[in-house]
Amino acid sequence: MAETVLTNPGESPARAAGLRGIADDWSSDQRTFKNVSWGKAMMWIFLLSDTFIFSCFLLSYMTARMSTTVPWPNPSEVFALTIGGHHIPLILIAIMTFVLISSSGTMAMAVNFGYRRDRVKTAVLMLVTAALGATFVGMQAFEWTKLITEGVRPWENPWGAAQFGSSFFMITGFHGTHVTFGVIFLIAIARKVWRGDFDVERRGFFTSRKGHYEIVEIMGLYWHFVDLVWVFIFAFFYLW
Amino acid sequence: MVDVPYDARADAPPAEVPEVELYHPRSWWTQYVFSQDAKVIAIQYSLTASAIGLVALVLSWLMRLQLGFPGTFSFIDASQYLQFITMHGMIMVIYLLTALFLGGFGNYLIPLMVGARDMVFPYVNMLSYWIYLLAVLVLASTFFVPGGPTGAGWTLYPPQAVLSGTPGQDWGIVLMLVSLILFIIGFTMGGLNYVVTVLQARTRGMTLMRMPLTVWGIFTATVMALLAFPALFVASVMMLFDRLLGTSFFMPALVEMGQQMKYGGGSPILFQHLFWFFGHPEVYIVALPAFGIVSDLISTHARKNIFGYRMMVWAIVGIGALSFVVWAHHMYVSGMHPKFGFFFATTTLIIAIPTAIKVYNWVLTLWRGDIHLTVPMLFALGFIITFVNGGLTGLFLGNVVVDVPLSDTMFVVAHFHMVMGVAPIMVVLGAIYHWYPKVTGRMLDDWMGKFHFWVTFLGAYLIFFPMHYIGLLGVPRRYHDIGEAAFIPSSTHTLNAFITVMALIVGFAQMVFLFNLVWSLFRGRPSGGNPWRATTLEWQTPETPPGHGNWGKELPVVYRWAYDYSVPGAAQDFIPQNQPRTTPAVQGAAP
Repeated sequence: MAETVLTNPGESPARAAGLRGIADDWSSDQRTFKNVSWGKAMMWIFLLSDTFIFSCFLLSYMTARMSTTVPWPNPSEVFALTIGGHHIPLILIAIMTFVLISSSGTMAMAVNFGYRRDRVKTAVLMLVTAALGATFVGMQAFEWTKLITEGVRPWENPWGAAQFGSSFFMITGFHGTHVTFGVIFLIAIARKVWRGDFDVERRGFFTSRKGHYEIVEIMGLYWHFVDLVWVFIFAFFYLW
Repeated sequence: MVDVPYDARADAPPAEVPEVELYHPRSWWTQYVFSQDAKVIAIQYSLTASAIGLVALVLSWLMRLQLGFPGTFSFIDASQYLQFITMHGMIMVIYLLTALFLGGFGNYLIPLMVGARDMVFPYVNMLSYWIYLLAVLVLASTFFVPGGPTGAGWTLYPPQAVLSGTPGQDWGIVLMLVSLILFIIGFTMGGLNYVVTVLQARTRGMTLMRMPLTVWGIFTATVMALLAFPALFVASVMMLFDRLLGTSFFMPALVEMGQQMKYGGGSPILFQHLFWFFGHPEVYIVALPAFGIVSDLISTHARKNIFGYRMMVWAIVGIGALSFVVWAHHMYVSGMHPKFGFFFATTTLIIAIPTAIKVYNWVLTLWRGDIHLTVPMLFALGFIITFVNGGLTGLFLGNVVVDVPLSDTMFVVAHFHMVMGVAPIMVVLGAIYHWYPKVTGRMLDDWMGKFHFWVTFLGAYLIFFPMHYIGLLGVPRRYHDIGEAAFIPSSTHTLNAFITVMALIVGFAQMVFLFNLVWSLFRGRPSGGNPWRATTLEWQTPETPPGHGNWGKELPVVYRWAYDYSVPGAAQDFIPQNQPRTTPAVQGAAP
């Protein structure tokens, strides 16, 4: 039999150790990330891209804050509320943060029950998550209204650097939009879970692909990401 | 020894990726218009990009007419000249090259080359195209709005981009920013598809290190785009707010027409950082697919395996990574700490190393190859020469002290047109000649192709070589009329007229190409499935052009890398990637 193959005759040998092994794993056959579905891989990569968007927003805000020659308004004072005669700094933001972090907890539980194929609990927990998310957006709307009535505008505010209002509305607005989209998708997926779409692998309306409970986890990835971004906004915008 | 027939297929790794459920079109609309098939989407992307690219070509003629014969064409005034350069640059870089390489070639070639039936999310892929089309329409609409398109230059630097002295201040700049935001949203949808398809949906046997370099180039460029476009997205949003809401992200305190404006405290330099954090990777988003494609063209048409495949892959990835830390070399004259200038000059020059590796490897692939001077090969050779040329002037501009006097002269224009204008376009053209038979089943006409190549290649040199010299004289870019200045000899005007004539000739050669595309569609010689006798999977499809689902009943299995050309002892001078081995695998051999 004629030997016709000189280059690349073989399958890769047993995995090497160390860096070499990592490279072999990554470049291995068919899939780079074993046991990661397409949808999950796509969400992770999308979140990486979205991270760059939020990073650019936050870095731009920090640049503005550091380079401004006018004093920056004190967030502790601006975001203080007087409740029952007590003047509490950042109280609304603290509650909002608490609500959003809690929603991450309910989301994680929903993912767990989703993989157990417990339709009712999954759907209920997703709806609770959506409700917490909607509460967050509602409180943000309250906060916006309060600041606007106090005279804060994207182009000016009564206390100092105009970039305070610009950055505030832009960053919280962009994050709030993310939360709102999350709430909409949570409700849509909760409805599918409730109806049992994933048990019968009903095809999606737009994509005509079969549905799986994994979509709950992918939704969860997005939701946790939005929470994580909030932690950074909280740290860099409110606490700084 | 008993000669037992060896069944390589049984020895191939088992399938890990489940068969996808493809969307089957039920009507003419879902088959050809709202199609979810990556091949149709690729053609839609390519046609849209080419259409808007033609607009940019006409704009370049108008600019050259003004520069070559100032004062002769009364319908081109200074404002329009600025609008032309802005739209020409923006269209060429983003709406033509990025869309064509990633949306066009990416969509067509990735699934075929990695042996997938389609992109992993066909519906999202379809949305990607329609949002791209919307972005193009919004961009094109700026020609018809009051005030016309923005004339801020393709870099859109604030504060001038939002000030009333710049043409297109009413509508042009707003629609330009909206169009960019739409483009980025649309691109992200497509880009996620390309990346996940390459990472997770390859066929049996297709390890990453067996992928053709075309896929490597497009894949790396897409990853870079997903990380670089966010900066442009953020910059666009912020500038839109500056323009519409009156925020001052990028706007310092200004006096305009004797009036103190309400802006204050913003940083124009911040925009430049954001823009170039996108803008420099963008150069390589355009260049890396070209690098990949040209490697495959050279290997196929020189009937020789690519020299240093592994090194080529690492060079692509290395260039991609490095391109994120060089952006401030576009800002040497904006003012920066000398140590930053030193840092960015160093990183910029380091990129020359992987790039030089690639050039050497292309040349070494050609060395003693069986070179067929087909039209794709001519364009590939033209690319190497043009790219080396443009790269060498990059060394001038990458050094701070040399860049400062050259900055904002025609030298810069000549440099980036050579390196990221002409060079990638050469690859685009070569790639169209190469893959047209697969897309249509017919060959492009050879004589017209050679005419097209020689006029384009020689013409491009005749346009841009004198432009270097004009730049060294100190002639600034973006000037509507350079007029009479002591430092500009009168011969410059003659050269400018010469460049203009050449630009018109090269432009008309593209019309021959367009005619060829249409003519060959009906009259071209039938090509058969594999006219270039190439190894990669897209040439091994059961049908040409490939049908819905690409592969018929069974997916191909890959047994070898993409470059088995002229293997000694083999029956033909190429062995397709899906041809089984005749002997069992040797443990420990290269993958």
